[in-house]
Order: sequence, then C-alpha cells, then structure tokens
Amino acid sequence: MNERQWQSTDVEVNRSDGTKNSETFTPAPAKDQFQEELVIRPLHSGDIYASFQFRTLWDTDFLQEGQKKVSHYRLFPKSLGQVLSKFSVQELHISFTQGFWRTMQWGQPFIPSPPGAELWVWFHHTVSDVDGNWKELTNVLSGIFCASLNFIDMTNTVQPSASFKPLGLGNATDHRFLRYATLPREIVCTENLTPWKKLLPCGSKAGLAVLMKSEKLFHSSFHSQAVHIRPICQDEQCTSKAWELRQTLNVVFDHYTSGQGKKEWSLFKMFSRTLTEACPLASSSKVYVDITDNPELFELSPATPLLSQAVVLGDRRTYSVYDLTRAETFGQLRSFNLLLRWKGDNMLRPLLHAERYVAGFGLQTGEIHTVIYNNHPYRAFPVLLMDSVPWYLQLYIHTLTVTSKSRDNKPSYIHYQPAKDRHRPHLLEMLIQLPPHSMTEVTVQFERALLKWTEYTPDPNHGFYVGSSVISALVPSMVAMSTNFTQDQPLFSSFVPVKEESSYFVRVYTEPLLVNLPTPDFSMPYNVICLTCTVVAVGYGSFYNLLTRTFQVDEPSPPLAKRLANFIRRIRGVPLLA
Amino acid sequence: MRIFAFIHLLVSIPHGYSNYVETKAGQFFSSGHTNNWAVLVCTSRFWFNYRHVANTLSVYRSVKRLGIPDSHIVLMLADDMACNYRNPKPATVFSHKNMELNVYGDDVEVDYRGYEVTVENFLRVLTGRLPPSTPRSKRLLSDDRSNILIYLTGHGGNGFLKFQDSEEISNMELADAFEQMWQKRRYNELLFIIDTCQGASMYERFYSPNLMALASSQVGEDSLSHQPDLAIGVHLMDKYTFYLLEFLEEVHPASQANMNDLFKVCPQSQCVSTPGHRTDLFQRDPGSVLITDFFGSVRKVEITKDTINLTSPVEPPIQRQVEHSFVADISSQKPKQKDWHPPDGFILGLWTLILLVFFQTYGIKHLKHIF
Repeated sequence: MNERQWQSTDVEVNRSDGTKNSETFTPAPAKDQFQEELVIRPLHSGDIYASFQFRTLWDTDFLQEGQKKVSHYRLFPKSLGQVLSKFSVQELHISFTQGFWRTMQWGQPFIPSPPGAELWVWFHHTVSDVDGNWKELTNVLSGIFCASLNFIDMTNTVQPSASFKPLGLGNATDHRFLRYATLPREIVCTENLTPWKKLLPCGSKAGLAVLMKSEKLFHSSFHSQAVHIRPICQDEQCTSKAWELRQTLNVVFDHYTSGQGKKEWSLFKMFSRTLTEACPLASSSKVYVDITDNPELFELSPATPLLSQAVVLGDRRTYSVYDLTRAETFGQLRSFNLLLRWKGDNMLRPLLHAERYVAGFGLQTGEIHTVIYNNHPYRAFPVLLMDSVPWYLQLYIHTLTVTSKSRDNKPSYIHYQPAKDRHRPHLLEMLIQLPPHSMTEVTVQFERALLKWTEYTPDPNHGFYVGSSVISALVPSMVAMSTNFTQDQPLFSSFVPVKEESSYFVRVYTEPLLVNLPTPDFSMPYNVICLTCTVVAVGYGSFYNLLTRTFQVDEPSPPLAKRLANFIRRIRGVPLLA
Repeated sequence: MRIFAFIHLLVSIPHGYSNYVETKAGQFFSSGHTNNWAVLVCTSRFWFNYRHVANTLSVYRSVKRLGIPDSHIVLMLADDMACNYRNPKPATVFSHKNMELNVYGDDVEVDYRGYEVTVENFLRVLTGRLPPSTPRSKRLLSDDRSNILIYLTGHGGNGFLKFQDSEEISNMELADAFEQMWQKRRYNELLFIIDTCQGASMYERFYSPNLMALASSQVGEDSLSHQPDLAIGVHLMDKYTFYLLEFLEEVHPASQANMNDLFKVCPQSQCVSTPGHRTDLFQRDPGSVLITDFFGSVRKVEITKDTINLTSPVEPPIQRQVEHSFVADISSQKPKQKDWHPPDGFILGLWTLILLVFFQTYGIKHLKHIF
C-alpha cells in the first residue's frame, strides 16, 4: 500500500501592490473574536432575570464593492454570512419571544422584544428591489430558524419613518430601505432554539451555552431569543468597519412555578446544569450578577473580589464579576454554581411604561386604547408611538384622540399610512410629549371587516392577533451615561449606542391584542345542502306520488290452515270458507 | 485416500472462500438505494389531538436515531403541543404515560409548523413543485436512488385524511402525487405508513410501482388511542404507533429485521383494529427488505487495506471488517423524577367497595337488577 504524502500546496497570493509571488500558504491572522456573557439580575418581584449575550466581531466587509467574496468563515456562522451578502443587508434584527415583559414588576429589559416574532431589516442603499429581497430574506430565515416567517408578506410589513433608526453604522435616513414586520402568533419552542444554538461557535457543548436546556428555559414566564447583526466602528475614529453579530437570550424565571415559592436561586435550579468551562474560542467569558441591592435584599455565594460598575438604563449598578477563563472560578469541584438567597421585598417604579387594550362590545366595532405612563417626577419628554394595525381592523382616524391629564395633547409629528385591503396594513407614528408624572391615553375607533371564507385560519374562533405597539423614547437619566467607546465595556451596556450623557434610549413594547372577527358558520354549506335535498326530496317526492300513484285492491292471502282446509273442502266438493 | 481427501478439502477452502468474497461483494453492489428521506406529517390541530403529534415525533425520533439526518427529514406538525400553554411540562411531548419517554427531546427541527401544514404544501413537497424562494430544509430533494418513508397520522375516513379541521386529501390525490413522483424519478422505493381511522382506504388507489403501504386499520374500523396520562390529561399515543415505536426501539443500524416483522406489529389482539399492508406494487420480496432500508440511513462502508480483484479468485484476506457508519447517538433518556400517579387498581378497588357496601345494605336480592 502506498503511503500518502501530505504536502503543502503552493498558493499565489495577490498582493495589494500588484506583484504576484507564490509562497507557502500561511493562514491569515484571525480577524474575528467571540465574547460571551451572562448577566443575572434578581428582580424586585422575587423572580430572576438571566440574560445571555454572545458577540462575534468580524473585521471584514460583506458589502464593499470590488472585494473578493468572503469564503472563509471561522467564528461567524456561514449561513448568516451568506444571507447578508446575498440580500445586501445592512442591519438585521430578529427576535422570537414567548410571554410578555412586565415592566411594572420587572423594570426594563436589556434588550426589549415583543411577543411573537419580530423582524426588522435595513437594506443597503444599492438595492434596487427592496420588496423582492425582503420576501426572499423572510423565506430563507424561516428555513434557518424553523419558524413560519414565510407568512410575512406585504399585508403585515410596514416602513416606519422614525421609530427604527439604524443601531449600527449607517447614514441611511431613507426609510424606503427599512422593512418591519411582526408575527404575534408565532410560537417559540425547542425547534427554534436548536438552530439558534447551532449558530454559536462552541454550539451548546462548551461555555455558557451548556446552560441552555429547553426543558428549563421554556418553563419560564418570559423567554426571548434574538439575533442582531449590524456594522460597527472598530475604534473611536472609525477608521475601519467591523460586523457585529449578537445572539441574545433573555429568560425570566418565575419563583412560583420554578422556585416553589422560595426565593432562593442557583444556577443549577434555574438551568439544571452548572458551568464547567468557558468556550475555548471565546476571548472573554464572564458572569455578572447585579448586586446593587445587596446586602439588604439578598446574599450571594460564592463571593468574588471582582466588582464592576456600569451605567445601564439610566442607573448606576454594581456587578459581581466571575471570569470563566480563569481556572480558580471553578474551585475544587471544577464546577461553578451560583447561589442567591432573597431576604426582603421592595417596590419598583419604572420611568416609562405602557399598556394597550381593546374596548367595546360586539363583533362590529371596537376601540383601541393605548395608555402611556410617565413616572418621572418633574421632567417631560417626548415619545414616539408606532402602531401597525392589520387591514381587517379598519381604523377611523378622525376618532383619534390623545389626552394627557384629561386635556387634549396634540402630537407634534404624525405619519399615517392608511391600509389597503389585502395589501397593506395601517401605519401610525406619532411624536407625543408626555407631561411629568402623568398618564397619556391614545384612543382610536375601528370596525371589523368580514373576510372571505378562504382567508380564515383553520381555528378562526381563536381570534386574530394585532402586533404590539412600539414606544421609542429618550428618557432623561438620573445618572450620567458614559459616551466612552471602549472595547472593554460589558456587552449588556453597549448594545444601544449612547449619543449624549443626559438620556438613554428605551424601547417599550405593549401587549399584543387578540380580537375576534365576525366568523361565518363554516358548517353552513353542509347544512344548506342537507336541508335543500330534504325539502326537494319530500316536496317533489310527494308531488310525484300524487300524480303517478294508482291504488289497487288487493286480497290478503288466507293463513295456511285456512288454505289447507279450503283445499280439502274443494276435494270433498263442499262450499269454501270465507 | 484420506490424504487425498484432506488435500482436496484444503484446495476447496480457498475456492469456497473466494465464492464467499464474491457473493459479499456482489451483495455490496446490489442494493438499490443510495440515500434515505423521510416525510413525517401530523395533520391535526388542538390540544386534544396531542397523540397525533406524539405519534409523529416517535417516528421522527426512531428515524433520527437510525441515522437519517435532519436535512433529509421533512417534519410537518400542524400544532404545537410542547410549548402549548396547556402543557404542564413545557418543551416536552411524552409517549408513555407516567412521563417516561420524552420524544420531543432537545434537538428537533420542525420544517412546517402550524398553519403551514396544508394539503397544498404537502403535495408540493412530495412533487417538488415549490416556489423558488423555499429554503432547502423545506424541500424533498430526493432522486431516483432515494428510499422515502412517508408517515401520516391524524383523523381520517373512508378515502380521505383530514388536514387541520378545514380541508381533506383524498386517496386519489395521494395516488396521483405518487405517480408524479414516479414519473419524475423522485424515488427508488417508497414506504407509506398511515395511522388513522380506516387507514387502509388511503392506499387502495395506488398504482405506481415500488410502493409498499401499511395502515393501522381496515375500511370500516377505527384506530384507537392507547393510554391517557392523568397528569397531562390527554391520550398520549395511538395504539398502532405505540407498538410500532416499541418495535423500532429494538432495531439498531446493523439489524437484519425485515418487513415481514413490521407487518406483524400490533396484531388485532393488541390493536383492536386490524392493521393492513399492501405489497403487490413492490418488486422485491418483503422478506428481503430490511427495516433500515427505509427507517435508517445505513451507509455500506467496507474498510479494507487490500485490493480485491472481482474477476479472479483472491487469497483470503487476513482481517476484514465490515463497518456500518453509525451516526452519533442521541442523548440517552435518563429516568425522570416521576410524579405520583394513582395506582391503576385504585378505581377498580373503589368501585368494588361501593358495590360491596350497596349489597350489604340492601341485600343480595337486588343482584338480579344488575345482571
């Protein structure tokens, strides 16, 4: 048997100065890095909030013209890279959420998301057919994430003019390149988590992702997984551009369903796993625990000397940091398990939160009420409210009222795009100034449409969903936010770019609505056919009988004994019986 | 004399051995298929049809365990049971009562779910006529050397299968779809299994070659569900698929079980309905068809360090190992912490007690009113 000789192949490398030299192939220096982080925040209601963030930063450019197509993927997943380059995507944000974030009890999340699936994409300004790209992109993503994103079409896509500015680099102010759609009915389950986990460099085998066991993650009050892709600056002067992929998973464990009522948490109790090692491909792997309310509210073990302070969501918080890349974090048992024990209760007042509900009765008309609360004691600030209502709830915009403190409040900017039946949904964007310490109510009346019988879902009595409203605002901050751009910032505080020190950006999602549309009785065709056939059979049948039936007298045949007796009498010649 | 016989024996051994080698090599090249696909469909919606989703997921689990990868499985579930708000154990679908076996698992990819499971999508998947933007995981990319397993479950009747309580597929449509697949050379052999009421009516109209079909009940009979779980509150599996799962759990990738064993699964004594099968359109003898030809993806890999000359006799090779490449095993099911379930005899004992008290109070003469 001949031995195979493995030889290095000679490769001609095109140099930038134009000379070609063939030399032995050396691997290019790694231009991508991966960071993972877990933030655990005990919430005031006794529940616990865990937020995973996985960030891959890649120093390359998918969209630059004239450059060779990217073909070597190391940490960045190839499936997403090919999607970005094929559809010329500038920014992609997709989230799958089960449950509703209760702002009044839990505060603000690090990364907000509405119930169901939400997808918003900024396309590159060189794209000529944005709608075609959007349609194909939703189909491809539905295959990647095992979700029914192919139900996103023109009837539930909108182009918000002001609510969704690019979160990364982008001078795109032309909102024709932005598309936003939400599927509030979308269910999230293990089949969405499985491909999401496979996008991570270490998969679910090492690092923080070993904690993601679906049986525990979905037995929670709130579960949200998201993928955010955007181009960012590598440094302060923005000399080079890099692509950032953030995969986030936010989960809130309820202390009634999983904690058995006791306010005692550990990593093992939450995830049924402990950590044994960091992901070997990660440059940093950290666990942060929010101890700002320690020691009055809870105690934490194992203790750690590492502390870090960060200003996030307008508040200065202190965190205990556990660095998983260091072996001493795991202790002698080579396993890391965190323990938190609660001691007391406290109330929370978030500065901005909102509710939405449907009022009215019957199946013809109704009214949508959106209530926005500004709990700041003395500052007023503007919020941008975006509502996207499907076409089958026909809004009457002349009945739109915005009242604050029982007085009319006129919005300073309104962008309204009316719906077109079966073609386009309603889009309403308003900039409303919220007075301090007040409640603002936005109401609009609507009428329910009767759909064609083929347009109903197989379970029409469940109802039809209306996606969440989005309220985007720059909330004044009590603490100065840092505009410093440093690479060492923890991931949870660097998601939203901070432009000024005195305010922070917040996005609040309201509840989705579930409305019943007038539903026809689908068994009616069957009933009508039965009834008509019966009437025709009985009517026509009777008429036919009347016309054609004749009556004859028929002698009944005598019983056997009589027949025998008659036979014998005939033989004897005696008269027969009657 | 004896020496001659001995020498004759010695000479004939290598010949016999070379014949053995040739037959083995001949067998190696005689199998008809090179890849395996599976299309598993659950057509029922609503929480009380939990058992249909559990049926489909049990077959999915077996098929994955025996080697067919997710990229070759098209799984269609019409409703979500695992993360349904009525499920007391989220992200799980159980097949055995007392929550012994979670067939949903941790690594599952559902290609068509919810409202996407329609007759149109099912027929488009089979015939390959999908819009160009459909992703690969939602397509059946089979060729003329593919063995396909098709499993359907749900509510059906004489000649039709109901999809999601709003539409039906008839046996004629299904037969025509298979004929389209045959004409486009989209399968080598096809195994069709259906677990619904009057399931045998669905395969009566098939007319394309190389089709084998199994059904859980004959025309005029109902397929029954197996056992309810008192904690979840619904029936967990149908009888036929329950015994099919038990049978498949014994099968491993190197198993030599054949189709005749599959036909014997769930006789009438266990299933109450009479399972049926149809093999007249199938060209091979069912006894020679391995279970893994359809349910698994067994690659015939033979590692050898010698060259084998197939035209002339060869020296017997020293070591020859025929290896079948196994796919990584799925996570083993550890016995879960069991919730307390009342013992089965409890209800029986309760009724006995009531009857005893009744007869004691009112006397034995009332017995004649009962019997």
